[in-house]
Amino acid sequence: MDPTAAQPSFRQRKLQPNMRLRNSAGDGSDGMFEDTSGAGLGPQSGYSRNQHAGPQAEGFPGQTLLSDPMSNLAMAYGSSLASQGREMVDKNLDRFIPISKLKYYFAVDTVYVGKKLGLLVFPYMHENWEVSYQQDTPVAPRFDVNAPDLYIPAMGFITYVLVAGLALGTQNKFSPELLGVQASSAFVWLVMEVLAVLLSLYLVTVNTDLTTIDLLAFSGYKYVGMIVGVVAGLLFGKPAYYLSLLWCCAAIFVFMIRTLRLKLLSEAAAEGRLVRGARNQLRMYLTMSIAAAQPIFMYWLTYHLVR
Amino acid sequence: MAFTLYSLIQAAVLCVNAVAVLHEERFLSKIGWGVDQSVGGFGDEPGVKAQMMNLVRSVRTVMRVPLIAVNSVCIVLLLLFG
Repeated sequence: MDPTAAQPSFRQRKLQPNMRLRNSAGDGSDGMFEDTSGAGLGPQSGYSRNQHAGPQAEGFPGQTLLSDPMSNLAMAYGSSLASQGREMVDKNLDRFIPISKLKYYFAVDTVYVGKKLGLLVFPYMHENWEVSYQQDTPVAPRFDVNAPDLYIPAMGFITYVLVAGLALGTQNKFSPELLGVQASSAFVWLVMEVLAVLLSLYLVTVNTDLTTIDLLAFSGYKYVGMIVGVVAGLLFGKPAYYLSLLWCCAAIFVFMIRTLRLKLLSEAAAEGRLVRGARNQLRMYLTMSIAAAQPIFMYWLTYHLVR
Repeated sequence: MAFTLYSLIQAAVLCVNAVAVLHEERFLSKIGWGVDQSVGGFGDEPGVKAQMMNLVRSVRTVMRVPLIAVNSVCIVLLLLFG
């Protein structure tokens, strides 16, 4: 994938809402995971290269110790069995969870993560919120800071659970089961929010190219603000918690509105011009309510942690 | 606030049951949500009410039979594990 060939031509994409393939046939996947962070760190690229290496790389480390031809035969047979089993699992798993589509959302690098985190906390100076496309497929997140990813939400969720455990520990309420309870309740709220957004998108008949995983990514961005608020509350007390939560709530409200505006509203309304009509008004209400639900959830999921 | 995944599944099953139980001629036609009342033109504006009627009708058509199985599983689990 050549980043210099990406053209911001998203206006035509609305004609074919759901026909884009995020990762066609795997020939893009090798290019997606190259290390572009430039800092020498390539944990994601190393990991994916190990994934693609194939069964020969799954080492039997003690090979030099066994020179008996019989055990060599057994080892070769065992490794071929393992590779067959792995192929079968991959083939069947791909039917239920679209692994190839998920890979797109994890094609991030350090620079992208840093910029995105800064955008989530301070979205006021960013001007161009369009997602750039390259020949009808959206560009991988590492090349475009506006593209949604699943890395930050996943890491944010795990960090939130750990920070919640820490916060409950300072209140002398910690027990290991509580970690599981926190994780499952936060996950349940996330799933309910994504289902509610999907239902309202269906009812308003918005022709958008937002997929379910996109919505999951956008709903997961609020964990960053929640973590900042709780950590500030733990370090500096309740006023700091309220102040930082207020700041992060405003930031994520603006972030969601500016991101969703381009995806949900019609072109004229997205430019900022006032467009009358019941349908546009309904879409505007939908955008506003999705964005307003984020601060509510942020407060709901953290107020019991900072007492 | 102690939600588990199972309570989410139970809530979802209850909601789907509620939608599946709505009777076509005794109730939905009486309040104007019947199948024959949702035919619009070929315009591009189905509207919220028409979408909801479509949703109710499709849930009732699709989920009638699987709900029997899911409800039985939930009843057995509830009896065994409380």
